Amino acid sequence: MKNYWQIFKKGIVAENPIFVLALSLCPALAVTSSATTALTMGLSVMFVISMNNIVVSLTRKVVNPKVRVPVYITSIATIVTVVQLVLQAYAPDLYDALGIYLALIVVFAIILARAESFASKNKVVPSFFDGFGMGSGFCVALVIIGIIRELLGAGSIFGVKILGDWYNAPLIMILPAGGFILIGYLVAAWKILTTHMEKKQAERGEA
Amino acid sequence: MAEVKSNKELFNVSVSPHIRSEESVSKIMWTVNLTLAPAALFGVYHFGLNALMIILLGIVSAVFFEWAVEKIRKKPITIKDGSAFLTGLLLAMCLPPTLPAWMAIVGSFIAIVVAKHAMGGIGSNIFNPAHIGRAALMVSWPVAMTTWSKMTTSVPDVVSSATPLNILKQQGYDALISTFGSASNMYQAMFLGNRSGSIGETCTVLLVLGGLFLIYKKYINWQVPVVMIGTVGILTWIFGPAGFLTGDPLFHMMAGGLIIGAFFMATDMVTIPITIKGQIIFAFGAGVLTTLIRLKGGYPEGVCYAILLMNCLTPLIDRFCQPKKFGVRG
Repeated sequence: MKNYWQIFKKGIVAENPIFVLALSLCPALAVTSSATTALTMGLSVMFVISMNNIVVSLTRKVVNPKVRVPVYITSIATIVTVVQLVLQAYAPDLYDALGIYLALIVVFAIILARAESFASKNKVVPSFFDGFGMGSGFCVALVIIGIIRELLGAGSIFGVKILGDWYNAPLIMILPAGGFILIGYLVAAWKILTTHMEKKQAERGEA
Repeated sequence: MAEVKSNKELFNVSVSPHIRSEESVSKIMWTVNLTLAPAALFGVYHFGLNALMIILLGIVSAVFFEWAVEKIRKKPITIKDGSAFLTGLLLAMCLPPTLPAWMAIVGSFIAIVVAKHAMGGIGSNIFNPAHIGRAALMVSWPVAMTTWSKMTTSVPDVVSSATPLNILKQQGYDALISTFGSASNMYQAMFLGNRSGSIGETCTVLLVLGGLFLIYKKYINWQVPVVMIGTVGILTWIFGPAGFLTGDPLFHMMAGGLIIGAFFMATDMVTIPITIKGQIIFAFGAGVLTTLIRLKGGYPEGVCYAILLMNCLTPLIDRFCQPKKFGVRG
């Protein structure tokens, strides 16, 4: 169990898809101008990546390595279609807000990367936890970016007005340029955080 | 022991360089600040108190952010060398005089913290910090950044709320002439600075004098401003409003931020190519881009973006303009 916890935790902190691996930055910029869309996208990706890792892991002995990429894509596309239909039925507003990026989950680098580097080599349960951890890391990163961008760029969080009318929001935070600068600073902050945590862990190990 | 000491005095052995220049970063920066001061003071006289507020807040906040970042990064504090002062001053001089003054602080923050220190501090920044600050403000508050005031002083009949380039873009050349009365009136106003525009960009004569002093002191190469302004002049003359060779180069050369950009921004030692050849390519490219944005783009003025875009190309230009090694064939 402890092992699974390690696999899960790795995806959130030490190998965070956005802040450390720097994969799938395009959606991280495109859907994070508000916290709500960021959270929806994060949860969708979390679901897709976990399910896909299970499928890939289950079929890893059946699939010929030469055709593995089309097989992965087919599997991801199936799961994404499910997510799309569910969102369209139960949350049409969010579905419209995410637009093309929901369908683009099919080609997110992070999902293919986990299928290729983890799920195709490991058993089902660890693969699920890897996907779940990576998905959670992606979701956490997106929500952090989304909250900061929405707060600075629109004065609200999850659509709730936080800053009053005095706040003259800079448009740059809603635009991709502000997103890029913010992600840069968050990567630096993440680095400080993880270095600090590693140092603490090392100290605890010595003591 | 005593003998050795006296020998050392007699035959002072040291590694090269043996002759050192008196120049230093700090001396150059303060000289540039001084050469900019007349145009900035003219801006204050011309546009009034809010312009003064913007300049002061821009400078003070830029110096403060420089101090704060160096404190956090545990680097030597270099606020006395004038580079942060210069960034704040240049930024403020590129802002419209009616801008809410606190926006200058945001601009200084972007310029110093994001564009300068995130890239590694003085000497390591890819882009001109002051122009990055201005571009970020332009993107953040487009309405405030394109609202131009009436002038507070000077000749009443040239009062206009839009900048000359704005009038040219929206209403055409004839409307531009009629706002000033006549063509010679317009040239005179553009030359002396009796027009609307950013705080420090209006007074052509003071900026040119400041720039000439820098050229005389050899702090900047004359090729850069000459090529950049010349390119804009020639291209705007060729691609005039009524067909080929009907443009008004004199107007375009004095309009907008071209003079301050060409003399003080495009000559920033850090962000332009090292060799003269490279600098000429840089200046030419900036001139072409400025003309393109002015004549074909959505914005009335393009100096800021032109210089920033050429800053991106600086490493590439440097690569193709490496001087030949002495004594090596080919």
